[in-house]
Amino acid sequence: MTVLVFTLLVFTGSLAAGLLGALTGLGGGVVLVPLLTLVFHVDLRYAIGASLISVIATSSGAAAAYVREGFSSVRIGMFLEVATTIGAIVGAFLASRVPTRGLAILFGAVLIYSAWLSWQSSRLHHVDVPANEPWSDRLRLSGSYPGPLHREISYKVSRIPQGFAMMFGAGTLSGMLGIGSGAVKVLAMDRIMRIPFKVSTTTSNFMIGVTAAASAGIYLRRGYIDPGLAAPVMLGVLAGSLVGARLLARAPVTILRYIFTVVILALGIEMIVNGWLGRL
Amino acid sequence: MRFVLDDKRMEQTMGLLLRFGVVLASTLVLAGVAFYLQDHAHQPVDYRTFVAHPFSVQHRRELLAGISRGSAGAIIEVGILFLIATPVARVVFAVVAFALERDRLYTAISAGVLVVLIYSLLFGR
Repeated sequence: MTVLVFTLLVFTGSLAAGLLGALTGLGGGVVLVPLLTLVFHVDLRYAIGASLISVIATSSGAAAAYVREGFSSVRIGMFLEVATTIGAIVGAFLASRVPTRGLAILFGAVLIYSAWLSWQSSRLHHVDVPANEPWSDRLRLSGSYPGPLHREISYKVSRIPQGFAMMFGAGTLSGMLGIGSGAVKVLAMDRIMRIPFKVSTTTSNFMIGVTAAASAGIYLRRGYIDPGLAAPVMLGVLAGSLVGARLLARAPVTILRYIFTVVILALGIEMIVNGWLGRL
Repeated sequence: MRFVLDDKRMEQTMGLLLRFGVVLASTLVLAGVAFYLQDHAHQPVDYRTFVAHPFSVQHRRELLAGISRGSAGAIIEVGILFLIATPVARVVFAVVAFALERDRLYTAISAGVLVVLIYSLLFGR
């Protein structure tokens, strides 16, 4: 394959990954690495490096739109970024110690878990539980978001230590696999800390970029980020996710989500099989 | 009217800051790709085997030389560096904004995040 053909194909694939990632809310990173390794036969380390760069681009690119809605909380984000950034450094450290096969198998497991989460969340209805949480006020994490009829709906944050620990785990995964691990972050905020779903997803988007930046320096120094590969991936995913965010209101999200879940599941199994056989 | 910096306004400014960073970075990367394709379009690709090309002090000198030559790879790398700097700039902004709000707790928390980021960018292995 020549550079021209490869660049165009990778750009198109990344565009599709970004588009689907934005439409389903799962992010482009999870399908990008399997796409690059399984379809384009890129070394896993280059794939992870390129994916991490695209994660920073989409997180920052979408931020301006999210901010306008007024759901995200800068305090919750900054507080939890302490855990995710330290986790990201640990993850990037582990990435160089764990053999590629092990990373591929871990990646496969994360994909299957994401598929399971996506399947579950389409069937579960979320209920916000108001709680009395002294630490939520003490750490100034309590906040409010715009509800219907211009009324502000206030919320508090529960189980802060557990959420903090899970954020450390999300950061480690992000640093090891070059993904945003937005699904884990939303899970920690929404299910464990009982932060309203809209606040969780928008705040998670902000945190993803900072978390990824914490391992990007380490990736750069190790040579994981190849300009020729990272460039079309970053541009493709960014364009795809921006278009996806615009289409969100009109797209058949439920069907797309169903298809995406199946795709993720299949990719996860393939990553595990290939990692096990040492083909990556 | 006196300018009051509250959390909402802080986040809006952050959003604009991030968007500006991404536009700048992706413009550079796009220009770099265009130059790269102009020179290398018909060469074969190989990303199957990993060749570590670490970003070092040595490399930094190469990068500067590359920029002055207008090398495509160097332009893309500068774009990527701008992109990585974008979320870091957001945290720097948060430290300043919380300090202006006289919120000591969150000035300290954001400064902590900034220290972790700078540590990983400068010394992380």
